[in-house]
Amino acid sequence: METIEKLFLTLKSLALMGPEMLLPEAWFALLKIPLGIVVGISALLVVAPVTMLFLTWMERKVVARMQKRYGPNRVGKFGSLQPFADGIKMFMKEDILPLAVDPLLHTLAPMLVVVPAVMLFAVIPFGKDMILSDLNIAILFIMSISSIETIAILMAGWSSRNTYSMLSSLRAAAQVISYEIPLGFSLVPVVMISGQMSTYGIVMAQQDGWYIFTPWGFLAFLIFFISGVAEVNRSPFDVAEAESELVAGFHTEYSGMKFGLFYMAEFLGGFAISCFAVAFFFGGWLDPVEQLTGIAVLPTWIWFLLKSYVFVFVLFWFRGTLPRFRVDLLLNFCWKYLLPMALINIPLAAMWYYLPDGILYKIIGWVVGIAIIFGMHQLFTYKRLSRLYSAYDRPDSSLRTAPQKG
Amino acid sequence: MTQEFAWASMGLMSIFGIIFSTLPIAGAFFFRPSKSNPSKVTSYECGLHPKTTPLIRLNVQYYLFALTFLIFSIEILYVFPWAMNFKTLGPIALVEMALFLGVLLMGLIYAWRKVGLEWQ
Repeated sequence: METIEKLFLTLKSLALMGPEMLLPEAWFALLKIPLGIVVGISALLVVAPVTMLFLTWMERKVVARMQKRYGPNRVGKFGSLQPFADGIKMFMKEDILPLAVDPLLHTLAPMLVVVPAVMLFAVIPFGKDMILSDLNIAILFIMSISSIETIAILMAGWSSRNTYSMLSSLRAAAQVISYEIPLGFSLVPVVMISGQMSTYGIVMAQQDGWYIFTPWGFLAFLIFFISGVAEVNRSPFDVAEAESELVAGFHTEYSGMKFGLFYMAEFLGGFAISCFAVAFFFGGWLDPVEQLTGIAVLPTWIWFLLKSYVFVFVLFWFRGTLPRFRVDLLLNFCWKYLLPMALINIPLAAMWYYLPDGILYKIIGWVVGIAIIFGMHQLFTYKRLSRLYSAYDRPDSSLRTAPQKG
Repeated sequence: MTQEFAWASMGLMSIFGIIFSTLPIAGAFFFRPSKSNPSKVTSYECGLHPKTTPLIRLNVQYYLFALTFLIFSIEILYVFPWAMNFKTLGPIALVEMALFLGVLLMGLIYAWRKVGLEWQ
């Protein structure tokens, strides 16, 4: 138990033993921390592709089962070698560069889209003492880094000189920047109550109780997860690569390994969003059994992976279940529902903080919290209110005919 | 000191990330075939030959969304420092922040009423 818990830390010190024996003592003392960082980064850069390979297999298997199919089952046991076969295939494919494209931007875009997705891995707390860089402004870092992906998508669409890519990248830009706002506001209550922005610190602050078990935490989690799914352009928010209308969206003109990198960024982004949802609301690597009874049953990093794979499964479940949003409904949902709800959540969290101790007050807090959430939900989905403000439903509106695409 | 190391590892991570994303493309260069022909290098338009360039004038709606986004993303930057110090600043700061959010909420309602948030 203890050895499994310390497995990766032991591996790290083992990796450092080589330079310790080879280098003079004074040099090693100087180089110990940089070398440790390099070892950590190398570990993450091994974890990232392995995760991606596993997720592609898992998605195909899960979605297939939901559609009463078998999914990949020819290459290896249960099709487990399928992702490797796909990887080799992608590696051997010709890299077609159409005449019309802007070669520089066209090549840079897939590289740029992977870098932020990989860098997000640096602030994920995988377990006790298992975080590469414990930034004290990790939440701001997450928000700023994940918005770089928009630029990469715009670059891909713009440089492709293809109508489908162009439409898709514009849609993606409008969608991603819109959903960034509720994503940011849903994390404000977490910062308020925990008093810090470091992902590791937020996990530590949940030792008294996970944030999901509070009214504000519940609402914030829903908003965070929905906007997170929209941020990484996954179904049901995949208007950017809607294959039934836009061929393949912004990566229509990409082939071979460049296409593979877009694929990789999408999966790594989805995994990172699941990890952050776990870290911010579900106690991260904290052992729920230990929190209740005081007996640790599993190593912390196994708990973290278990929890995050539950949300990865939910992502695939979304894809198997929900139909794609229409573009106008997608943006309405963000600005007219998620954003007001996220703003309401801030006073709700303040109320929870000023609530006196005692089970009776907690019950009162829950009742009031649920009443506020439900009331606001009713208000922002109220038909007459939306009719009052919605251009589509105004009797004199020129938009009353079928909505335009674009 | 730990923050310096955290940022140093972040910097190293970005360098390694760039290498990580360049290697597959560079590595595939040695394995992939390269047999170009005139119809392979046309833009993909479901079999038709593209007639016009897609570099069109954009719908003004995109700019409206970008402007609203700009307002709110700056607002988030103002809210986070307060949220960090929420426990020490006390209820008065909470009321002030409620006023601040209220003013910006008016902006949202204005954009809403002026149909600025409508995709058209």
